[in-house]
Amino acid sequence: MNPTQTISRNTILDSVRKNQPASQQMPTIPHFHTNMPAGLVATFCESIARMAGVVVADNVPDLDPFLRAKFPDAKVICSATPEYAGTIELASFKHWSEASTIDVCILRSPMGVSETGSILLSDVELQVNTIAFLAHDLVVLLDPKQIVGNIHDAYEHSHFKQRPYSVLMTGPSGSGDINGITVHPAQGVKTLTVILSPSPNAERPG
Amino acid sequence: MSAPVDQAKNAEKFLADTVHEQRLDKLLWAMRMRRDAAARQVPEWEDLRTLASEIKEHTLSNLSDYLIQFEAKATANGVIVHWARDAHEHNQTVYDLLSEQRAETLVKSKSMLTEECELRPFLERRGVRVTETDLGERIQQLDDQPPGHIVGPAIHKTTHDVAVLFSEKYGSDPNNDDPAYLAGVMRENTRPDLLNAPAGMTGANFVVAETGAIVVATNEGNADLSAHTPPLHICSVGIEKIIPTTESLAVFIRLLARSATGEAITQYTSMFRGPRKGAAMHVILVDNGRSERLGMKRFWHSLKCIRCAACMNTCPVYRRSGGLSYGSTYMGPIGIIMMPTFEIRKYSELPFASTLNGSCTNVCPVKIDIHEQIYGWREVMEENGQTPIVKKEAMRVADEMLSHPALYQMATAAVSTALEVLPHFAIYNRLNVWGKHRDVPQAGAETFHAWYKAHRPKANEEVKS
Repeated sequence: MNPTQTISRNTILDSVRKNQPASQQMPTIPHFHTNMPAGLVATFCESIARMAGVVVADNVPDLDPFLRAKFPDAKVICSATPEYAGTIELASFKHWSEASTIDVCILRSPMGVSETGSILLSDVELQVNTIAFLAHDLVVLLDPKQIVGNIHDAYEHSHFKQRPYSVLMTGPSGSGDINGITVHPAQGVKTLTVILSPSPNAERPG
Repeated sequence: MSAPVDQAKNAEKFLADTVHEQRLDKLLWAMRMRRDAAARQVPEWEDLRTLASEIKEHTLSNLSDYLIQFEAKATANGVIVHWARDAHEHNQTVYDLLSEQRAETLVKSKSMLTEECELRPFLERRGVRVTETDLGERIQQLDDQPPGHIVGPAIHKTTHDVAVLFSEKYGSDPNNDDPAYLAGVMRENTRPDLLNAPAGMTGANFVVAETGAIVVATNEGNADLSAHTPPLHICSVGIEKIIPTTESLAVFIRLLARSATGEAITQYTSMFRGPRKGAAMHVILVDNGRSERLGMKRFWHSLKCIRCAACMNTCPVYRRSGGLSYGSTYMGPIGIIMMPTFEIRKYSELPFASTLNGSCTNVCPVKIDIHEQIYGWREVMEENGQTPIVKKEAMRVADEMLSHPALYQMATAAVSTALEVLPHFAIYNRLNVWGKHRDVPQAGAETFHAWYKAHRPKANEEVKS
């Protein structure tokens, strides 16, 4: 740290120490499980639909015909899950901005959140973090057994304490900045489809 | 020294344009209603508000320890942590980081702190081209206006305003005011900047001391793109944004979007803990008056704010006068209690832009006693001789009246008659700033005192509850 930085740091910390009020107790934070929704999967589906996400609850045994039917014009399909072979290798991206060439991105999320309809992604699942933002359409596989109740449960996932990057993603990008009406897309993906699909390596979240 | 911002006078311009005024009022009230509906769906809502308030008070009262903990953790994660005493130090640090990379362009997501520090003009004067990637913020940048609202910076503009602006700046169809079309125009025009910029910048909604994490909540995906597409991510953070743990973060995430827009969560709630391989991540911890505010016994609670804007959406003065009328970075009820700590004279009139109805306090997710602080600031202005003359005179009259009960009763009994007989100018004059543009409600035929005298129980009567 350069000398100016050291002065700034010490000045700020001295001023904070001098001015901070008498120490107050940290409260105990409950998980509020008494108010949990009855059906985690059903509530997850309702929650994500409110945020313009699409859920496919029926079994999709073969992803290829599903993707071809849903995205007939897609040429570049990028897969970050070994469950599907895409048309482009993640390793081919020299710069992360090159992910903007992707039409459809498919990957697997390790956790869903019933309360909000969110799915968790981190640099582990994404590998190239921009693929879930620069692609036109995003398809996420999620094991229904890996849906947790609320945000308190969600933040217990180890990703939040271990990974350099993690995101709770809830629907495609949107903006309500013009006239208060939320429209899609904004800067990120145009659509988000979550396929409820048992994980080949099923394990509980976190 | 700056002249005081005359919020009431500025509001007159906004009020003169009934299309914008009525639209904003309706739009923000709808947001307030959505916030109420969202809160009702969470049975533990009030418990969460109490917890959020207690967590913030705990953190702020142990702030030095948490700042040190965050610094150690973030550094261990590979983040380079900087400290800035004021806006200039912050801006200079950003510029130095950009210069080291020879970065002449910067993409950034919305950050009220960078507005507070006036970063954009600072960088632009030094030849750095800045692109705001949040739709509302970009609209305001293109229109050369500051944000009018801390969540929806361009909320005061109609779709037609935006269509005309985009047509001028981007050559789009001026007659197409469909918000989806306009968002598409923004996407098309901003994407090349996002893909090619050598540096990106974000603010932070929360900073987690335990893990060294920066948490950013957005709907557009622009913060994640600004942080991850370029090889350099700079993050500006006010020192009051720290919370202790990931466990405590859950409380705030459950409150934030519901309080702001009525949604359960934002589309993207992102956590940045360290740089990716081959890239750099810098965090600038900014004081800029915050540590001093922490020592203000009456006002330090305003540092609990999580910038949801619920207090603005519910405030009748804000809804009717628009955010730009406050002439300040932070506006509405929360702005009223924050801005005087930056420059007391310049913002000396803001505490009077309130009806003190307490609605702001009732909706605040971290239980800041906003309306009481507004009243407190009025007292400070009075003590410091900063009270505007018209308001001072009105307060002197009120003080005289309230200290003489008989005089007060006589005056209230006369109101009904007075409203009928007094000429318009006597009611709607300069001494009654809020009488302008407002109809004084019809006074009741009977005063409360007269009613109570007629109905009060006799000494031997039982009072029915």
